[in-house]
Amino acid sequence: MAVKTEAAGKEWPETTYEVGLEKVREYANAVGAENTVHRDREAAEAAGFRDVVAPPMFCVVYSAPAMGPAILDPEVGINLATMLHGGQEFVWGEPVCVGDVITTKPRCVEIYEQDGKGFYVFETVSSNQDGAEVVRGTWTNIVRGV
Amino acid sequence: MNVGDSIPELRTTPDKYLPHRYAGASGDFNPIHIDKEFATAVGLPSNILHGLWMMAQVARANAAVADGDPRALKRLSVQFRGMGFPEQELVVTGTVKEEADGKVVIDTVAAQGDNQVIRNAEAEVSVA
Repeated sequence: MAVKTEAAGKEWPETTYEVGLEKVREYANAVGAENTVHRDREAAEAAGFRDVVAPPMFCVVYSAPAMGPAILDPEVGINLATMLHGGQEFVWGEPVCVGDVITTKPRCVEIYEQDGKGFYVFETVSSNQDGAEVVRGTWTNIVRGV
Repeated sequence: MNVGDSIPELRTTPDKYLPHRYAGASGDFNPIHIDKEFATAVGLPSNILHGLWMMAQVARANAAVADGDPRALKRLSVQFRGMGFPEQELVVTGTVKEEADGKVVIDTVAAQGDNQVIRNAEAEVSVA
């Protein structure tokens, strides 16, 4: 059975996320990000940030919600029971600080079949309230037994 | 840093409840990460670590070459190729493979014992 590729190029509605201080602290603790700029306002400002700054991988917190409707879209047709997160890339721009409002736009880049597996590649582009790009994510989901 | 240099090795052992704390912090409550009974019922050996938590450890190991400055990590690309488990030490190692214009490209691996959970990871870090 061949994978359906019609959804390549499809876009979904953007999501917004407002970055809160305690969420950044909670995330920094969970991943062991030790730099005090992820917890302490004075340390962050002394290092040149507007406010407490998120660890780079905090990007999954504000950008992943945009991926939900894409992965669940029947037009894409992913079988969630056999889906694996196969690969991930992030390219970072402006740092994300507490108080930022981040908008994320999802898009399906390509769908293809290889070795009996379906590869579903999505891109999310996240920007802050000033329109500056903060991260660009490429999410590769692999579905076995297509 | 020069081509061929190693980055400082990062070693961390996620405790039994780390997946629960990461689930709360990240919003990813997929039961395969936090419910051992569910995980074994769907054929996994145990509940497994979140791949993106492991990727965050790779990010941390690479940012360490710039003293943990969150501005230094410009790009990180990983492939998830194994399952990681709580209560097993995760070791992140890396080697500089390119160096130019104040940036280095670092090849990184994250492993639990012989189990390479993240392979072919490539980080671009500003060291200017």
